[in-house]
Amino acid sequence: MKIKPGAGWKDLPAGGFINEPATALEFHTGDWRAMRPVWHEDKCIQCLQCWVYCPDSAVIVRDQKVCGPNLDYCKGCGICAKVCPPKEKAITMIREGEEG
Amino acid sequence: MAETVLLEGNAAVAFALKQVNPDVVAAYPITPATEVVQEFSNYVANGEVDTEFVAVESEHSAMSACIGASCAGARVMTGTSSQGLALMWEMLYIASSLRRPIVMAVANRALSGNINIHCDHSDAMGARDSGWIQLFCENTQGIYDTTIQAVRVAENTNVQLPVMVCYDGFVISHAVEVVDILSDAEVRQFIGPFEPVAPLLDIRNPKTIGPLDLQDYYFEHKRNQAEVYKNVEAVVEDVGEAFGKLSGRQYGVVDAYRLEDAEVGIVLLGSTAGTAKDVVDSMRAKGHKVGLLSIRMFVPFPVDKIVGAIQHLKCIGVMDRHAALGSYGAPLFTAVRSALYGKTTVPVLNFMYGLGGREITMAEIEGIFTTLETTAAEGVKGEGIYWIGVRE
Repeated sequence: MKIKPGAGWKDLPAGGFINEPATALEFHTGDWRAMRPVWHEDKCIQCLQCWVYCPDSAVIVRDQKVCGPNLDYCKGCGICAKVCPPKEKAITMIREGEEG
Repeated sequence: MAETVLLEGNAAVAFALKQVNPDVVAAYPITPATEVVQEFSNYVANGEVDTEFVAVESEHSAMSACIGASCAGARVMTGTSSQGLALMWEMLYIASSLRRPIVMAVANRALSGNINIHCDHSDAMGARDSGWIQLFCENTQGIYDTTIQAVRVAENTNVQLPVMVCYDGFVISHAVEVVDILSDAEVRQFIGPFEPVAPLLDIRNPKTIGPLDLQDYYFEHKRNQAEVYKNVEAVVEDVGEAFGKLSGRQYGVVDAYRLEDAEVGIVLLGSTAGTAKDVVDSMRAKGHKVGLLSIRMFVPFPVDKIVGAIQHLKCIGVMDRHAALGSYGAPLFTAVRSALYGKTTVPVLNFMYGLGGREITMAEIEGIFTTLETTAAEGVKGEGIYWIGVRE
């Protein structure tokens, strides 16, 4: 039984069970983020430090290359920007809602 | 094959448990329910049951183990009393919220302080809102019969809720009475094989039980659970009727005694019903139109059955074996009077009695009936709340 967002009480499984696995994927933990990382592809040297340090595994890597933050799960902690090599500064933090 | 044996109340529970042969019993002994655990552990040691008996270090652990085993997919039973039930408190809510069909014997005993091991209903009343079905027993036969019925009620697919089988500590937990028992085969056929709903060990259907549930869904889950209690009364009555066909002893959610043409009546829970029935008979013999309503199912509260049985009376007395400190009347009184609101305007009085095992006598119950007759004629004097059998 799939629980639809905003489901009423009649549409919930008994006992508050979640009767399917891996539903944490649908819980977008990034939706209360205050600061947002902005990845500058032209400055990135692909050192992968941001991917190593991200506590939420929210740096998208494809074919061993960083492709930017996964904003569904990024909580905006800023660790990626901190570990990004200072010469490059390929990740900067801006206030959520501002243009990057 | 019906057989007649001598059993004390706790032994009747243990014997019923033996016949049910549950998968798991996790329990911690406490007076006056100790013999439930003691006798049942004898059955385990003698190899008379297949049950995994978990000897835990506290009642909190007992109920936790029961919930875990039940979630895994086991048929689970346990027993406790008083402080033990109080120590289970937070787990009681989890058992009912997770819709665990656990059956628990509760030998009703006063709560400390001061320390008291004897009967009153304050332990069960503390658990009134925990989401457990509460069935009260009048005598040892009632304990045996109700324990077996409780399994079928709890496991009904329209119920799937935990059930407390409540009986008065010492008064009947330790009273040896003549009990008609069923055969093991009859009991097992009556309860049927256990079919767990959505067990955790069904690894082909992975699931999460008891997740974090915040502003988004907790309210909906409580509303969802609240709806289930509407199914319980019909199931308890069906099971009581089926049990009647098997044993000759029929059960409902209430037990009305000589109420049809009564003018005043008492409403109560538990073993005092037996004493009160004798008082009704002796007063009827003297021409008094009195009757009794013994409530077997306190939670969920069978409003229509109760109102239907007593709304014609001229005065109603509710006896509570529990003092709801600081409240306006004790739980049974407030529930009965609230149920009657708009149905009748007659006085409903509250009589607190029997705290900490204080004896309730036939003379005292006759005195309550006399107070009801006087109030019916002359109206309520004072706040309408009385303490019976306490020294002034």
